[in-house]
Amino acid sequence: MKEKNVIQVKNLTKKFGDFTAVDNITFEVKQGEIFGFLGANGAGKTTAMKMLIGISKPTSGEANVVDFDVYTNPEDIKKNIGYMSQKFALYDDLTIKENITFFGGIYGLSKSIIKQKSEALINELNLQEVANELVGSLPLGWKQKMAFSVALLHNPKIIFLDEPTGGVDPITRRQFWEMIYKTAHNGTTVFVTTHYMDEAEYCDRVSIMVNGKIEALDTPKKLKELFNVKNMNDVFLKLARG
Amino acid sequence: MSISIKHISKSFKDVTALKDISFNVNEGELFGLIGPDGAGKTTLFRILTTLLIADEGTATVANYDVVKNYKDIRNHVGYMPGRFSLYQDLTVEENLTFFATIFGTTIEENYDLIKDIYVQIEPFKNRRAGDLSGGMKQKLALSCALIHKPKVLFLDEPTTGVDPVSRKEFWEMLKRLQQKGITILVSTPYMDEAALCDRIALIQDGEILQIDTPEEIVKHYPKIIYDVTASNMYELIISLNKYQHNHSVYPFGEFVHYTDERDDFNPEDLLKYLEGKGLKNIVIQPTKTTIEDTFMELAK
Amino acid sequence: MKRFIGFIKKEFYHIFRDKRSLFILFGMPIAQVMLFGFAITNEINNVNIAIFDKSKDVTTQKIIDEITASKYFSNKQFITHQAEIESVFKRGKVKAVLVFEKDFSKKLTKDNLATVQIITDATDPNTANTITNYVSSILQKHQQQINKEIKTPYKIVPESRMVYNPELKSVFMFVPGVMTIILMLVSAMMTSISITREKELGTMEILLVSPLKPFQVIIGKVVPYIFLSIINAIVIVLLSIFIFKMPVQGSLFLLSFQSVLFIINALSLGILISTISETQQTAMMISLMGLMLPVILLSGFIFPISSMPVPLQIISHVIPAKWFIIILKGIMLKGVGITILWKETLILVAMTVFFIVLSIKKYKIRLE
Repeated sequence: MKEKNVIQVKNLTKKFGDFTAVDNITFEVKQGEIFGFLGANGAGKTTAMKMLIGISKPTSGEANVVDFDVYTNPEDIKKNIGYMSQKFALYDDLTIKENITFFGGIYGLSKSIIKQKSEALINELNLQEVANELVGSLPLGWKQKMAFSVALLHNPKIIFLDEPTGGVDPITRRQFWEMIYKTAHNGTTVFVTTHYMDEAEYCDRVSIMVNGKIEALDTPKKLKELFNVKNMNDVFLKLARG
Repeated sequence: MSISIKHISKSFKDVTALKDISFNVNEGELFGLIGPDGAGKTTLFRILTTLLIADEGTATVANYDVVKNYKDIRNHVGYMPGRFSLYQDLTVEENLTFFATIFGTTIEENYDLIKDIYVQIEPFKNRRAGDLSGGMKQKLALSCALIHKPKVLFLDEPTTGVDPVSRKEFWEMLKRLQQKGITILVSTPYMDEAALCDRIALIQDGEILQIDTPEEIVKHYPKIIYDVTASNMYELIISLNKYQHNHSVYPFGEFVHYTDERDDFNPEDLLKYLEGKGLKNIVIQPTKTTIEDTFMELAK
Repeated sequence: MKRFIGFIKKEFYHIFRDKRSLFILFGMPIAQVMLFGFAITNEINNVNIAIFDKSKDVTTQKIIDEITASKYFSNKQFITHQAEIESVFKRGKVKAVLVFEKDFSKKLTKDNLATVQIITDATDPNTANTITNYVSSILQKHQQQINKEIKTPYKIVPESRMVYNPELKSVFMFVPGVMTIILMLVSAMMTSISITREKELGTMEILLVSPLKPFQVIIGKVVPYIFLSIINAIVIVLLSIFIFKMPVQGSLFLLSFQSVLFIINALSLGILISTISETQQTAMMISLMGLMLPVILLSGFIFPISSMPVPLQIISHVIPAKWFIIILKGIMLKGVGITILWKETLILVAMTVFFIVLSIKKYKIRLE
């Protein structure tokens, strides 16, 4: 697998008035990596992510996603990435099939491809019986798994996941991560934020943001060695406590 | 007996939120209701705090019936509903004063109860609640729920969405509160917090999976769990899933928790199989069972 | 292009699956159009008039019969004393008084000229004008009729007099109405979102699990707004008096008292809306759009209620604004006191109590 950089960020900063939400961050993400973007609420994770997916303009610094500049080509970025967040993933008052058709259309897929992918997705997640039910009636875990697959409909090079497993039961959470592993294995880069510290262990590399700055960036194993702790939760506690 | 729940069931339209729930919470206990979203935790809390009426069953809180004596319960419990329900446009001090006043008391009267918690947010007492960080909002909400010295404290997912540091501090505060004789019923989706409770009830899809102390629950896990790791996690998981004797395969951070269906399982067999699949750096060793393992086994 | 169409398709799904949008899209326009169509009318029908016949002879009787036979006027009331004219206007029972002078027939035969006084309540100048015109035309017709059969033409001369608003300032009609509408809408809107906001934010849960009783919450939410609305009312009254030169013939104290009463009425209506709405959006929509149009149309301040179809007239009785406008006009333009306005005042008080009691009953003490 090529070690190409799918995301390149240098001195990226975002300010709101005199409040600096993202403070001069620099990092890269390689193709096919599972990159964990961690930090407490309010640390700046979501703001940083919004800049990378092209919906927020940075105050200063550089950032390239799938070779497109976030300042000049945000629309190209949006066409080439997948995105899923905890707050919203699918339309509750549309059926599963309608959701797939809608998002497929938005991504510019042809009718025949949409049909093909729709069948494949429904079969893989075993949703045959509920394919014509409104998404709002599904349990949370199913919704999240479906949303993940829908975000991949157009085979993007990288998928951004914003707290995708919040509130989901432990078994479904692991099934979700198995889906993430499979996706990464197939060459898609996965950029994921989470506040479940044990999930940080599934990532190839992890960055931890504190007050807008990146205070740690490495593989989980090396971070644990560095701070002399047994798990990522304790890494975080040591970092946050100062 | 501080809280007594007998055969409570509750449905909404076509969804059954709670199915025949029964358990007790003793006076002065720190009791955890552990389960993911949709398990029924909030519904149960709302029934116990008299906000909803169950379809079937009865419950008492501090010896008051939740239906017949709801007014008494409302006068004597502290309630912290999910997602920080405070007045965002009132300051810290104004919020606290409001809750003290409607319960017929003052901040000074029960200050010793909330002192440990309040000192952490006191520097911000003139800041509007909406401008506080998640951790501070949580501390304020707890103070407001305690200010009238309730006999029973209901905390519905108080640590959800809050950073790990604040979560840890919050549970330390709860332990100190418990020493003052308050019965505390907490719900949380975080399995690691379960270990901090006196007793816990595991709940999923409206049903109680098990109730006991954290130690006992873990002791009753039927099998030995093995930590398995290899250089390629993905290949490892696939191989383990394909292994014909597996009972459960769950990723757990840097390891995979593996259990075998056979009672006379020999890890060497697994090692040979995995090597045969081309995996490198394989490590298989027994590990301590956690609440999460137990939960998933019961929920299967 | 495909993306665009895909997006439009999705929007259609959202609209059709949201029952409330559909209701607004189709239901409300139909209701409003019906309301508009029947309520808006410049004609006058069924206007109450009183007749002071000083002659009581054949001619006057004939004219009176013709007048009362027309669909424009109804409920004729006979007055026997001059003093009754003023009292009947003050009590708001009639919109016009026709006075036939003494020895009507004799004057016609001897002098070929007799007068009929048309005294109209010009607090609603448009109606006053129309009434005067209608009566004049009836008199004219009768005159023509008689003159066909005689040699020297008679003349029946209408003398019109506008009371309470001799200059026919339309401002006298509009300002009380506008005052009422604004006070009502603003007050109702303010309280209508207050309970629903707590429901939406989630703080309602904590309020419920506390010793607070429903009536404490409801009245507690009305009280602060009373003070604020009084300031509003004072500003509106001052503007009316100094900018629009509205008179205040009656007692300023009574005016203040009635305004406060009406404010409390509107605030209570708002609270009632609050208890039955789940979201602030719903509450705002009901109190603004749901109330505004019916109140403007059915309170009678622009279009006369008596001209509307009977069902609408009945509905207008339950509109608090209607009663308050009568009170306002009475105090400001006619200078009447509580002895005449007691009925309207009592109705407002009763409505207020009703709204509050209903709010307390509808206040959900549980979440379901």
